[in-house]
Amino acid sequence: MKSFRIGAGAGYSGDRIDPAQDLAERGELDVLVFECLAERTIALAQLRRSQNPGLGYDPLLKARMRAVLTACARRGTRIVSNMGAANPMAAGQAVIEVARELGLPSLRVAVVLGDDVLAWLKNHDVPLLDPGLTARTAHQLGDSLISANAYLGADALLPALQSGADVIISGRVADPALFLAPLIHHFQWTSEDWERLGRGVAVGHLLECAAQVSGGYLADPPYVDVPNLASVGFPLAEVQADGQATITKLPGTGGRLDRLSCTAQLLYEIEDPSAYLQPDVVADFSKVRLQELGVDRVYVSGASGRARPDFLKATLGYREGFIGEGQISYAGPGALARGELALAIMRERLHHLGLDKFEHRAELIGVNAMHGPALGTGHEPYEVRLRLALRAPTRAQAELAGLEVEALYLNGPAAGGGVTQSVREVVATASALVPRDAVSMEYRWLEL
Amino acid sequence: MKVRDIALARSGDKGNRATLSVIAYQLADYPRLEQSLTAERVQAHYAGLVRGPIRRYALAHLGALHFVMDEALAGGVTRSLALDAHGKTLSSAVLELNLDQDASTLAVKT
Repeated sequence: MKSFRIGAGAGYSGDRIDPAQDLAERGELDVLVFECLAERTIALAQLRRSQNPGLGYDPLLKARMRAVLTACARRGTRIVSNMGAANPMAAGQAVIEVARELGLPSLRVAVVLGDDVLAWLKNHDVPLLDPGLTARTAHQLGDSLISANAYLGADALLPALQSGADVIISGRVADPALFLAPLIHHFQWTSEDWERLGRGVAVGHLLECAAQVSGGYLADPPYVDVPNLASVGFPLAEVQADGQATITKLPGTGGRLDRLSCTAQLLYEIEDPSAYLQPDVVADFSKVRLQELGVDRVYVSGASGRARPDFLKATLGYREGFIGEGQISYAGPGALARGELALAIMRERLHHLGLDKFEHRAELIGVNAMHGPALGTGHEPYEVRLRLALRAPTRAQAELAGLEVEALYLNGPAAGGGVTQSVREVVATASALVPRDAVSMEYRWLEL
Repeated sequence: MKVRDIALARSGDKGNRATLSVIAYQLADYPRLEQSLTAERVQAHYAGLVRGPIRRYALAHLGALHFVMDEALAGGVTRSLALDAHGKTLSSAVLELNLDQDASTLAVKT
């Protein structure tokens, strides 16, 4: 059987668009996947939707569709994406609008629903998995809870794939499942073929962060050199019926795709490599082999899996006050000493204003902001930047962090400059397990 | 010789956990990593940053060690006050560790 070609058009919501367009035009793809939802993205999208019922899907959805729809329609490449975020129906409509703009003769869009479990949580409480939170259960989050979305599996996407839709738009779906579902559909894998499902998850996991497998996030000159990151190529997989696959990228694109780049992505953000929990299967990457077949071609084999978990993971988004922040720089001789003096002043001011009871951080960028005081080299930097961050229940309290830093101009050490201030509402997330019957999966058709 | 001379590293986040992969450029160098970068030694190196336990997974055929660090992200990406809320830069700190000493002879710093 011919191999199935599946590509990654995005690794996060704000990712580059031109490499996706290149894949759509030259990749000879069967399916192009856009993975655009991080942990908090849906909760933020829910806030946008609450302000405007027509929003709440990925802000770059239309730009991405403008870049790839014509080429995908010409080649018959299907598109699968979780860019629906908090409003998959509106996202589906937006895809139709772009198709109309582009003058496509026809387009069938399937919108996958069911991940939103906020209503279910009204009548059912579940424990939160995160230790250290004040709230121990979903109900204890009270009115601060603004979103709850279960990670759906490939089974949620399959009916839409079987329906023949050209574009499939969902909300929260486990990232690898966006890739696994088209493989299950194409090769007719059964729902308990754990080994092949595990292999499909490995392919999905390798592709889901796009350029992170093809040379992005790898360069560390002069130890690790990666050519032409300004035009790094997004990856694609040539998958066989048994689930083994070759990961590669288009000729002429930047980046590098080899054992190192694939190993770094294979292990990225997983916990136990022998038990990567997914809605469709518990995948086992512990015996994966990565074999370099040639330039920018790596053969992936040896993944497996076992029976899927009984529960689905859900991400709950909740409001948790405001974070205020201020920054100011010091440079030249004595920069470090003046920065430290400014830090001491900030701590005294927080105490004076009664703000030190709130969680806060005061640090010097260039010295200890990343790894704390223990791991620095001890060299005096030419310039330092003070950063004060404060979490407080109200916006007005949080604003004081930036105002206090700004006041260092006239009231602090000599020659501070370049103050910036910001305040943002905090949408935090927590995790919980929900039973499979908490979700009611369905899909809806939209046609041009 | 430092870790950076024979390996690269990448960090990721999962809730309040950080992950850290250390991958040998050459498979032949992997045993040095496995011998030197014990979970205890990495725990000691990250003492000021990681509050929970660190588990290590050894993947010899990939030339990689994988560490999972509990309570490493000041409450997690979505609520942390840290400038690098994802802990993306955590990986760079491990590259500085010296490989010439055998872990069993190291005095654990706290």
